[in-house]
Amino acid sequence: MRHRETLIWTAALIGLALVAPYFLYPVFLMRALCLALFACAFNLLLGYVGLLSFGHAAFMGSAAYITAHTVKVWGWPAEIGILAGVAVAAALGAVFGWLAIRRQGIYFAMITLALAQMIAFFALQAPFTGGEDGIQAVPRGHLLGLLDLDNTIVMYYFVLAVFLAGFAIIQRTVNSPFGQVIKAIRENEPRAVSLGYRAERYKLLAFVLSAALAGLAGATKCLVLQFASLSDVDWTTSGQVVLMTLVGGVGTPLGPVVGAFIIVTMENYLAQTGSWVTVIEGVIFVVCVLTFRRGIVGVLAPYLTSRDMPRATQPSAEIT
Amino acid sequence: MPSFLHAMPPAPVLFAQLLIGLINGSFYAMLSLGLAIIFGLLNIINFAHGAQYMMGAFCAWFLLNWLGIGYWPSLVIAPVVVGATGIVTERLLLRHIRNLDHLYGLLLTFGLALVIEGVFRDRYGSSGLPYTIPPELQGGRNLGFMFLPVYRGWVIVASLGICLATWFVIERTRLGSFLRAATENPTLVRAFGIDVPRMVTLTYGAGVGLAALAGVLAAPIYQVSPLMGSNIIIVVFAVVVIGGMGSILGAIVSGFALGLVEGLTKVFYPEASNTVIFVIMALVLLVKPAGLFGRAA
Repeated sequence: MRHRETLIWTAALIGLALVAPYFLYPVFLMRALCLALFACAFNLLLGYVGLLSFGHAAFMGSAAYITAHTVKVWGWPAEIGILAGVAVAAALGAVFGWLAIRRQGIYFAMITLALAQMIAFFALQAPFTGGEDGIQAVPRGHLLGLLDLDNTIVMYYFVLAVFLAGFAIIQRTVNSPFGQVIKAIRENEPRAVSLGYRAERYKLLAFVLSAALAGLAGATKCLVLQFASLSDVDWTTSGQVVLMTLVGGVGTPLGPVVGAFIIVTMENYLAQTGSWVTVIEGVIFVVCVLTFRRGIVGVLAPYLTSRDMPRATQPSAEIT
Repeated sequence: MPSFLHAMPPAPVLFAQLLIGLINGSFYAMLSLGLAIIFGLLNIINFAHGAQYMMGAFCAWFLLNWLGIGYWPSLVIAPVVVGATGIVTERLLLRHIRNLDHLYGLLLTFGLALVIEGVFRDRYGSSGLPYTIPPELQGGRNLGFMFLPVYRGWVIVASLGICLATWFVIERTRLGSFLRAATENPTLVRAFGIDVPRMVTLTYGAGVGLAALAGVLAAPIYQVSPLMGSNIIIVVFAVVVIGGMGSILGAIVSGFALGLVEGLTKVFYPEASNTVIFVIMALVLLVKPAGLFGRAA
């Protein structure tokens, strides 16, 4: 029963995504999809392992810079450039994770934030990142030498494919035996340890996976917008991904996607008001934390799935 | 002349950078002290601490430019005003998430920081406003080995005084003993008839006031700018991770020490001066994850 419903929902959403570029501005959709993947990667950590990383911009941003540099300066093809970006993000994730999982809770958040700030300073000073200007006019090139990515519609379907692949990886991970273990660690770490699971290894692996997927989002976004800039590694971007996930619903599969589309849409409409975007985002943060901790999907999901299923059996979407 | 001395910078350059390091260190110390006090009793990391420090500096600027009230009264008025906003914040917002996971406190105060910074940036842009040094503290002294601007000397002395006074209140007075007891076991302290919720409110107000006081001291040195808080708060977080939040003296010592290290790095390897504190944080995590002065979490 549930399985069939999930299938119907998935098919409907993918169908919607396939026709969307004919009705909405494709670059907006592509940017939203990239940020949605970014938020899903973040949610893998916060929602399923219970780790709040406040430095995820470092992975997205460094992948964007690497892809931009390899594609533009070294002339690498798009797909290799993206892979290089993902590889660097994953390596960075391994180092950050290795350091940060030594502490828990708030300390974990502060450590990831500080390490990410180090990357931001590096991006400001390093010779190849172009300082305040970033790397601009990155060519999209041809995918596998066949598909012309300068064609907006082709690019859109490529981004959609990347997003779906990333999303599928996350779902597969969460629903695998590995996913069960990380959820057990989230619920009660000492107990998981006493059952013989090496919590540190599981946390680190989840962290690296999340960093790699954030890197995939950043690398793809860099090709979409054709530039990599300091804002990709800025701490406000790390905050934004927290906000997207919180608004949509922490620990729900679709929550981060919904959150990302809402925040990107809001930014689009409010872009000309300058600093008020920040103010409104701050207010949303406060309101969500005070009254709406389950997020949009967390609240709606019980109504949208099977009617006869009692709400109480829905897993709690709050950080525990 | 031995060859390695060629690498040594001239003494005035070295001392000037050490002085800048000491100044930065005074602010790291005052801010991490406030964070540690708030964390002790409320169990939240006050992400808005940087924004409240910035509000302190702006409050002094408003007092001077709108009301003609000078530096010395500002040292008292600004912390009280900003501390009062902290008390309101605690009553209206933070109180409601007391029983939730500590991460929500971080997220809520992060939202507050965005709101405060956004409002100030909308009004005053991201460039800084100058705040003149009060006449009593203008000029400088030649100490023989270096030139010391009087105001900078005053900031170091004042922040040392503030840090030691805070340490004294917490570790050596009756009020401080209530505070420490409530940090250890709030339920038991309540059972003894002490109004812990009010103490929590006042503690948050005091921590915020301390940030604002640091902001007033900073106003004549750095430009008064909406971004001054977010630039410093992440470094202060790293300082807190290095020092560990268990100890008040630890926060003070690591604040000053890391400021000095930053200054020295600026002399010998300027490219790394922005990142050296984060590198030290990584090293400390490898060797002593609980922080240099911290208790195991």
